[in-house]
Amino acid sequence: MSATSACPACTAAPSAERTASGAITEGGTILSLPTIHCAACIGSVERALMALPGVEGARVNLSRKRVTIEAPRVPAEDLIAAVEGAGFEAAELDQTLIAAADTDEVGRAILLRLAVAGFAMMNVMLFSVAVWSGATEATRTLFHWISAGIAVPTLVFSAQIFFTSAWSAIRVWRLNMDVPISLAIILAAALSVFETAIGGHEVYFDAALSLTFFLLTGRYLDHRTRQAARSAAQELSALETPRATRILGDARDSVRVQELVPGDMIALSAGMRAPVDGIVASGRSTMDRSLLTGESRAISVASGDFIAAGEVNLSGALTLEVTAVGEDTTLRRMAALVEAAEGARNSYTALADRAAQIYAPAVHLLALATFIGWILVGLDIAPALNIAISVLIITCPCALGLAVPAVMTAATGRLFRRGFLVKNGTALERLAEVDTVIFDKTGTLTEGHASLSVAEMTPEALSVLAALARASDHPVARMLVAALPPGIAPVDLDEATEHPGLGVEATWRGQTVRLGRGSWVGAARSPALVIGEGPAIPLAITETLREGAAETVRELQALGYGVCLISGDEPDAVEAVATRLDLTDWQAQARPDEKVRVIEALEEAGHRVLMVGDGLNDTAALARAYASISPASALDASRTASDIVLLSRSLSDLVDAVRTAKAARRRVIENFGIAAGYNCIAIPIAVLGFASPLGAAIAMSTSSITVLLNALRVR
Amino acid sequence: MNVLLILVPVSLVLASLGLLAFLWSLKHRQYEDLEGDAARILLEEDDTPRS
Repeated sequence: MSATSACPACTAAPSAERTASGAITEGGTILSLPTIHCAACIGSVERALMALPGVEGARVNLSRKRVTIEAPRVPAEDLIAAVEGAGFEAAELDQTLIAAADTDEVGRAILLRLAVAGFAMMNVMLFSVAVWSGATEATRTLFHWISAGIAVPTLVFSAQIFFTSAWSAIRVWRLNMDVPISLAIILAAALSVFETAIGGHEVYFDAALSLTFFLLTGRYLDHRTRQAARSAAQELSALETPRATRILGDARDSVRVQELVPGDMIALSAGMRAPVDGIVASGRSTMDRSLLTGESRAISVASGDFIAAGEVNLSGALTLEVTAVGEDTTLRRMAALVEAAEGARNSYTALADRAAQIYAPAVHLLALATFIGWILVGLDIAPALNIAISVLIITCPCALGLAVPAVMTAATGRLFRRGFLVKNGTALERLAEVDTVIFDKTGTLTEGHASLSVAEMTPEALSVLAALARASDHPVARMLVAALPPGIAPVDLDEATEHPGLGVEATWRGQTVRLGRGSWVGAARSPALVIGEGPAIPLAITETLREGAAETVRELQALGYGVCLISGDEPDAVEAVATRLDLTDWQAQARPDEKVRVIEALEEAGHRVLMVGDGLNDTAALARAYASISPASALDASRTASDIVLLSRSLSDLVDAVRTAKAARRRVIENFGIAAGYNCIAIPIAVLGFASPLGAAIAMSTSSITVLLNALRVR
Repeated sequence: MNVLLILVPVSLVLASLGLLAFLWSLKHRQYEDLEGDAARILLEEDDTPRS
């Protein structure tokens, strides 16, 4: 974030100046620094940046692991190089995507209201203590008037959040937790003002304020956890190819992706993910389409072929003619499918609201019954109303308002430290109720690249293989180079020639060596290696399982979850992975809508499905499933559709996440129990007319604190 | 009881000072990098607080 001052003009003026001078970046460059963790890191990053000429300011934010640099004329690449020179990873963030997360106005508004409520509560509490300890007559009335003077404006300001939320629920004839809360606050304040005016002795200003204070604390906790996850998720999106290399005649310049228009030519070098849809204008290469289709096999492309945003260029350099950018790309168009699927899930009602649906009518009816009851036994309307209102105040779900957010904050914080971003407020509740887990294959259970089993090969054969594989540009050869174990020195080859479509051939110590198609070298499987007159050696290439995948599947099965594998890949590739994971339930060549149908069928059979996937072909399934998780390597669209993003490379924490979710759910229910327990004691007292402001204050604070302490046990 | 005439305004003023100090810190965005500010105290060089 930029070091904005409070004055908008001060920030606007320099940026206007920069735009006028043909700036490279507007409003400061933001780099993500995933590896910084201490004071020394802050110092070295800032010093390294400030040492660059042209850098006017650099400020590290350790909480967000970012640095904001005021350097209007320095290109981002130089800044990244400087930070990397200091020994830290750095990546540029797309500002337009993170800007929204930075100005966290909602959070500040809640904090402000919380502070005002806290101030008012402390003061009113002081006067209340004086009243409880025996202030009488004029002194008491004076204290009540001062309390009213502090409490009424504070409530109007601080409790607004509850009033607006309650009003929006009532307007559509629904009840949420904020309805009884707002009613209790308003009635407590009104009754107290009335009592003060007639010089009575029972005022509930302190109860109304502490209620507001505790509930705002819950609101703030809730907001902060979600904000942290949202901002981290936004950062992931912001990291994705914010720039592209545009080719104009002979000149190449680095531009923001948003600046591209259809018809532009861009360069796509090996290893890059296509930022836009386009048609290959020149060059040949192989593309990894696994994120879009689930296929693990690389696909060759040449000029005239279509490339969709999100595909990764594996080998050669390509020039693309842009056909669609931003919202029009294939990637974004998938969003329609996702939205349709999401509608089905939005019907989930949060635990807190379910509790409110039972609790709110019960409390209101109880208060009404109390009022009628007292009238029937012959009490006047005024004191009967007084008792009914005190029932409402005492039973106000203060602890209920804290019960869910406090637990969810503790649980989300725990998962955050383990690399899970919980994006959705009810995600943990839903995760706890899941009984079937569906995994995608490529990119989820497997790493998306292959490994070579070298057990049956002699070191000599390995060295020849290494040399031959390096002599070719074919994607399989490249994959072999990557899959070779480290420490293998390639031999010197003579006359290496590539036979298109067959493989590569060379001479080594007078013998012909060949690497390529099985039929070409005389083996049953492809690819294979043959040295001289020796037998052909088939190369056993297997997909690398993601770290912890096997353990996760085994543990989930041991815990009684149904586990199945659904992939868009070829049947034999899926079967190979399923066999290694001891999975009997698998399905191959599943199209995106088929995945959704599988989930729907399972849900109709009464199951609740957790979908774990990363590809575009999983997106609709992720959105449809009861709960969903996608790894950070997934496409933006998939991450957006899923509830939880897994940042760590290993899958092994998945079981722990499920356990934490279950523990959290248990704590929430315990908290409801605690709150209900307090009410069981307080309600008879209030109904019988013995409730006092002191009793209300004690019941409210102790139940809130017990609930908070119980929530902390999740950590 | 006349002491109240002094004590009540004094307590209100003191508490408002605390509230104002908090509002000032909120306005100056001092809650945006709590970890970083905690670590910065360990830095050798002269480090100026943000705005």
